[in-house]
Amino acid sequence: MPIHAQVNGKSRVFESDPDTTLLFALREELGLTGTKYGCGEGQCGACTILLNGAPRRSCQLSVNDAARKSIITIEGFEQNGQLHPVQQAFLDQDAFQCAYCTSGMIVSSVALLQKNPNPSEPEIVQALQGNICRCGTHGRIIAAVQQAAKAMHGRTP
Amino acid sequence: MTAAPEKFSLEPERYELRSSALHHFNLQRRDFFKVMGAGIAIFTVAANASAAQESGARRHDGDQDQPKDISSWLHINDDGVVTVFTGKVEVGQNTRTTLAQSVADELRVPLASIRMVMGDTALTPFDMGTFGSRSTPYMSPQLRRAASAARDLLLGQAAAEWKTSPDKLVAGGGKIINPASGAILTYARLARGKTLAHDLPDADPITPPAKWTVAGKSAPKLDARAFVTGRHQYTPDLRPANVLHAKVLRPPTFRATLVSVDLSAAQAMPGVVVVRDADFVAVAATTERTAEKALAAIHAEWKNTPQISSKELYSYLKENLDTEEKPSPHEKGSVTNALAAAAQRHEQTYTVAYIAHAPLEPRAAVADWKDGKLTVYTGSQRPFGIQEELASALHIPKDRVRVIVPDTGSAYGGKHTGDAALEAARLSSAANRPVKIVWTREEEFTWSYFRPAGVIEIKGALTLDGKVTAWEFHNYNSGGSGIQTPYDVANQLIQFHPVNSPLRQGSYRGLAATANHFARESFMDELAHAAQIDPLEFRMKNLSETRLRAMFESAAKTFGWPRKKTQPGQGFGMGGGVEKGGYVATCAEVSVDPNSSEVRVVRIVTAFECGAIVNPDGLRHQVIGANIMGLGGALFESIDFDNGRISNPHFAQYRVPRFRDIPQIEAILLDRKDLPPAGAGETPIVGLAPAIGNAIFDATGVRLRALPLAPHGLKLQKNNA
Repeated sequence: MPIHAQVNGKSRVFESDPDTTLLFALREELGLTGTKYGCGEGQCGACTILLNGAPRRSCQLSVNDAARKSIITIEGFEQNGQLHPVQQAFLDQDAFQCAYCTSGMIVSSVALLQKNPNPSEPEIVQALQGNICRCGTHGRIIAAVQQAAKAMHGRTP
Repeated sequence: MTAAPEKFSLEPERYELRSSALHHFNLQRRDFFKVMGAGIAIFTVAANASAAQESGARRHDGDQDQPKDISSWLHINDDGVVTVFTGKVEVGQNTRTTLAQSVADELRVPLASIRMVMGDTALTPFDMGTFGSRSTPYMSPQLRRAASAARDLLLGQAAAEWKTSPDKLVAGGGKIINPASGAILTYARLARGKTLAHDLPDADPITPPAKWTVAGKSAPKLDARAFVTGRHQYTPDLRPANVLHAKVLRPPTFRATLVSVDLSAAQAMPGVVVVRDADFVAVAATTERTAEKALAAIHAEWKNTPQISSKELYSYLKENLDTEEKPSPHEKGSVTNALAAAAQRHEQTYTVAYIAHAPLEPRAAVADWKDGKLTVYTGSQRPFGIQEELASALHIPKDRVRVIVPDTGSAYGGKHTGDAALEAARLSSAANRPVKIVWTREEEFTWSYFRPAGVIEIKGALTLDGKVTAWEFHNYNSGGSGIQTPYDVANQLIQFHPVNSPLRQGSYRGLAATANHFARESFMDELAHAAQIDPLEFRMKNLSETRLRAMFESAAKTFGWPRKKTQPGQGFGMGGGVEKGGYVATCAEVSVDPNSSEVRVVRIVTAFECGAIVNPDGLRHQVIGANIMGLGGALFESIDFDNGRISNPHFAQYRVPRFRDIPQIEAILLDRKDLPPAGAGETPIVGLAPAIGNAIFDATGVRLRALPLAPHGLKLQKNNA
């Protein structure tokens, strides 16, 4: 039976089996390949999406878990050619090398700033502890979150 | 075909430097303009042996129409776009950007007009691979020569139109300008309607670093916007129509052989393609889930071979030498005499564990057969090597195999082999449809290859005033990179001993230089303490290499060496060396908590010099990134194994550095405009592990001689605390 969900603001139908991982369905069925497979074990954060606004590891969810819920992926942040302040900050800070972790980092950062518009450095570290960057770009990622927090001051993320 | 390599060991340096037997490139020069359209093209010809090794299509098919030894080419089309073709690949080290900077610099065009075509066996010239920190010192000057020749050609074209001499004209901003008349011709206009091809046999002079305008300055990653929006397509993101998803039946242990297999249940599943070819058993289906179910339905019986565990590793390495491959030692003076005559003699043994690259993008490939030709997309550092592996495994000519490497989610030396490409290609030939394979994290941790483990034994002798007079150094298995000492020692015996490795091993960022520097710089610290001399002063006393001295002095100055301890558990250490044209010194501050036994690296200062800096911001990325990656191998990364199985093949068990582990890091970059640029992706990693080990000794009095140093923290005995 098809499963309905809101994906990046649009009503979408998943035809995949309900036990398919949400990550696979987003990537292969809807073509939203910005969300990455890094470990399939909920350990690296590359597949992070927002499910009803909360950061979740899409490799640990089934399509069924997303039924009638709202999903935001990395592709959902840019509006009318305008980058989200977190995306802009990652760009400005050059906060990536191979950039395979970047989607997950940005989604986790947006989720943090929604909850905590002015996070301290330890709070940023805490929020991104579950996201692995193997290239060693951590310092710039923290700087990007701080830049985005400033840019978004007084705005709803 | 077999998916697993037949030869289990893959020795790093010898493996890396071995040239392919047959070089070949697919794009015929006469077809070049058909693909690229009209314009001006420059083909560079490898002028010397090192360039030919780096790149260069040494052809064997006798087609005299093509130039030999073509190593790179570029094309200027009639809208002014410059397309550069190189077999190098982008894996996060930012070489796409820095090579483009070099071309823009030499051709006198804005960076924005450069398009880089990289790592495509059908379009780019042969290249051995992207490793060994060779892109900047070898590929960059080749591309500069091509750009320089193109500039000369454009100057000549403009001079002919204006009936003047080229030396009266200047090139800049994508234009040729006649300063006398004020006339301007754009490159676009000069390329219009032309199909001008020019071979460049000689090493033309290129712009010296002091006169660079685009290179030498920070430039952001090309196409950066595609990465923050999720639009960039890595190999796993490709979705050709009708693609099938593959899973491979992995043996339960290394070296296991297939006794029997029952495929009937999997074959009965609708839409499932099942392949058995020797011991290679795999399935492909329309969804990953279906492929997993099909794989689970296969019943196989394997014959396992008893194998060693990590506990026995270091004695095994000493006892299983590969005597056939043993290189000759480096000898100078007489170590035996110097040791016998010494005022003080010391000896120690150091070990390093196998570690995994753990690139965040696992091995992946998408293979598609069309009209008897195979196209494979795969994240790899060796597209041409993999083209050859595919041709040989599938028994087809190489010109029917095209390998394309999309910009890849990192490699660190871990993506030299074409395992995933072979698997996808074999399945695609059976399915007659495109097939995609993305290794699971467990497969990545198990079936790729590891940085070699090793045992290093050192003997040294000291004079009463702290001069090192003898140096005997034996490295078992981990490799010969960075094995030579940069210190002034009159009597040396240095030897690498190859071993029949119990695990599959291969390249890794810095290769064995990390192990050799860890042992050497730890031992130097031990000698400094034995001589009762400050570790910095001790090094300086034994070092005349000025570029390395400058790095130690620079790192020590910023770090504030020698520092006074202000709290219990605090310690300071240093390490450094020379490798692949890069000079590095690292100082580290650690903090060892006597209650929790946690070891924290608090601060790192790394000074690095690699000649002229092409992209300062990109270099900073590499130096800091190498230190963070090195932190994992220094403190806690280790592949554990037992009887043919990896015991920790998950991120939950194999600890890599995360945000909480990251210390304050300062990178000091010395820009030597008077020297040609060397590579920088690897060498900045080598000073960190000894600096941390030496700092732990300074903090606790405990000398740790095994990498990783403190995977479970450091339990202090009462008398050490």
